[in-house]
Amino acid sequence: MSPSTSRGVNPLRDPQDRRLPRIAGPCGLVLFGVTGDLSRKKVMPAIYDLANRGLLPPGFSLVGFARRDWANEDFAQVVHDSVKQHARTEFREEVWNQLAEGFRFVPGNFDDDAAFNTLRRTIEELDEVRGTDGNHAFYLAIPPGYFGDVVGQLKEHGLAQPAEGSWRRVVVEKPFGHDEESAHELNSTLASVFPSGSIFRIDHYLGKETVQNILATRFANTMFEPIWNSHYVDHVQITMAEDIGIGGRAGYYDGIGAARDVIQNHLMQLMSLVAMEEPTSFDAESLRVEKLKLLQSITLPRRLDLTTARGQYAAGWQGGEKVVGFLEEEGVRKTSATETYAAITLHVDNRRWAGVPFYLRTGKRLGRRVTEVAVVFKAAPHVPFTRAATEELTHNALVIRVQPDEGMTLRFGSKVPGTQMEIRDVNMDFAYGGTFTESSAEAYERLILDVLLGDPPLFPRHAEVERSWQILDPVLDHWAGKGRPEPYESGTWGPPSADAMLARDGRAWRRP
Amino acid sequence: MIELIDTNASGIAAEFIASRVRSGSPAMSMVMTLIIVVAEDDSDEAMRVARQASHEHPARVLGVILGDARGHARVNAQVGTGDGWTGETALIRLEGEVVRHAESVVLPLLLPDSPVAIWWPSDPPEDPATDPLGRLAQRRITDAAAATRGKSRAIHRQCTTYAAGNSDLAWTRITPWRALLAAALDQQPLKVIGGSVTAERISPSAELLVAWLTDRLKVSFDRKSSRGPGITEARLDTSEGPIVISRRDGRLATFTSPDRPDRPVALKRRQLPELLAEELRRLDEDDVYAATARRLTKLHLS
Repeated sequence: MSPSTSRGVNPLRDPQDRRLPRIAGPCGLVLFGVTGDLSRKKVMPAIYDLANRGLLPPGFSLVGFARRDWANEDFAQVVHDSVKQHARTEFREEVWNQLAEGFRFVPGNFDDDAAFNTLRRTIEELDEVRGTDGNHAFYLAIPPGYFGDVVGQLKEHGLAQPAEGSWRRVVVEKPFGHDEESAHELNSTLASVFPSGSIFRIDHYLGKETVQNILATRFANTMFEPIWNSHYVDHVQITMAEDIGIGGRAGYYDGIGAARDVIQNHLMQLMSLVAMEEPTSFDAESLRVEKLKLLQSITLPRRLDLTTARGQYAAGWQGGEKVVGFLEEEGVRKTSATETYAAITLHVDNRRWAGVPFYLRTGKRLGRRVTEVAVVFKAAPHVPFTRAATEELTHNALVIRVQPDEGMTLRFGSKVPGTQMEIRDVNMDFAYGGTFTESSAEAYERLILDVLLGDPPLFPRHAEVERSWQILDPVLDHWAGKGRPEPYESGTWGPPSADAMLARDGRAWRRP
Repeated sequence: MIELIDTNASGIAAEFIASRVRSGSPAMSMVMTLIIVVAEDDSDEAMRVARQASHEHPARVLGVILGDARGHARVNAQVGTGDGWTGETALIRLEGEVVRHAESVVLPLLLPDSPVAIWWPSDPPEDPATDPLGRLAQRRITDAAAATRGKSRAIHRQCTTYAAGNSDLAWTRITPWRALLAAALDQQPLKVIGGSVTAERISPSAELLVAWLTDRLKVSFDRKSSRGPGITEARLDTSEGPIVISRRDGRLATFTSPDRPDRPVALKRRQLPELLAEELRRLDEDDVYAATARRLTKLHLS
């Protein structure tokens, strides 16, 4: 909250005036891990794009901290290259120049007291010359193993403690631990230094327009909510498929795997938005309450061997290119039992969803890159047509296409033109043009702006994170005792056991 | 683009369907109809702007060129889909008697049950809300800065005839200024005791900014002249010193406030496609513009 809202009403603001964008108050961002992919491909371009859209405060400052022997100019050059390559908006010299004036670089290790002293002086200097007013966010784009060191240093050097009337926030990215215990530990580490309202966990999926649109679709319309329950819904499939392999991330990925990397965070967050009850309002607290309630009603099936599947990509052809298998990737142990494909079945024990399975799957080197939520409806209880006429009619479905080709698809039966009565599935597509792609803010822009504004609805809280791990942990334990995952050919839709898993329930995966 | 000579509304509608089938019946997902009333000479440019804006707001775009109203009625049209457009487009040329009945051509071409916006890129009618074409739309967009006749009076005319749904791009242009000024008072909630807006001599946007500030802050603001481009300075006087946003080059501004260092801030003059896209984002009445228009009229009369 900016101080003015507590002191009185700004006469230039009017709730009716929806043209006025929210501009963050005076502040700066301190970025740890400036050389990583996340910083260069997402954070730095997003900061430039925000500046270009005029959403950053005058005097915004960016401090880089890394173990490099760099001067401010070298850091500016790194940001410049990343912006040139990855920014979504046009590169404008004058925007760049005013932004670059606020760049500083502090070289040092995470255990280097002198470096953190320099960091403190740098921040104080920025408050002085750039007017950042003591408001700073610390973005930890570093492996979670270092979080403890860094926040400890921040605390020790008085960087975590805001002066009266200003704020200090910390931003972290997934993975939020690798099981419930480590997530809890990680949270204790952060919570020992920052109050929970100042910890922002970025799940970039929640910044996506299409994901926010799930709530609009469900709660602003009349025609979906009445059928959004076990009376009409047969099951729900949530898919996040990637066509790429692990790339150069063997060090991170080996030992983590698909379920920890994607299901625990992105897919469970998607599921909670799709399945939760209507929140009383759209503020952070109401959303959090509903999401957590939903997560708490999730249960696992009893027989995990029959209701889960995992796989590891083998060599093959993906989209016309010959690719190696996971075990042949550089840096991966030849005996690795890490899964690159994971599918699980979840039940929701509440009145709305009892008996409706939610199938969550994710994998690398699958057929194509796609993320979608498919709500598959039950077949009509009676159809006045012959079996032959409806042979090609399957289940009605509503598909929320999260990415790419953002939009919605409704699948239903329609008569094939001709003299015979023959009914087959057709699709009705909705794509909201470029709104989701061009001029609107990208997920990271949205989320970084929300951090600077201190607006938390789109960030998962620690209770949600820990609960998600609690759900997933038994599956991971079960897999750990079952040897190596089943190989699947690259460029296909996963291992045969995943198909068998749905076939047991008399269902099949959609080809997304 | 297909040329239709001596056609009518149903001819154009049939061609919409035909051209869609020709391009393989793609899903169009158009969310609104945008009517552009434009002079022949400006039509290329206006359609280009609309094409860019249509990427954010997939629309059926109907360009209407009102020709000479004398003589035999004649309707010609160029109809097409695709080619950089997210929806369907028709550029309709009217000549003769039908010029006075343009709405009869446009009405059958409106997308069923979806919003209609209309844009006059240069000279709008005196009263857009009662204009036969304007009446079809719920959002009527004029541009006082682009008026070719009576330029200095254009914004006053628009404000006098304001009706719910009207909006002017001169108002859209000052959104970034307003956002910065509002943010300034968010950061330092000081009492404003006066101030000024400096801009080139004729600047509808500056008039609106003065009216908005006066209306919101209940103190009077001076209007000063400079050589531009556009608005060059907005100043709020407070008991602790002035808050000043000054922009000399139309791109980068300096932000000055009491007890704080001067800070640069990007404040670019935006292009038409961006302005139009902002205008199409909200199709309900703009209450703040309504209040500002009323204030401007009052200031002008006093």
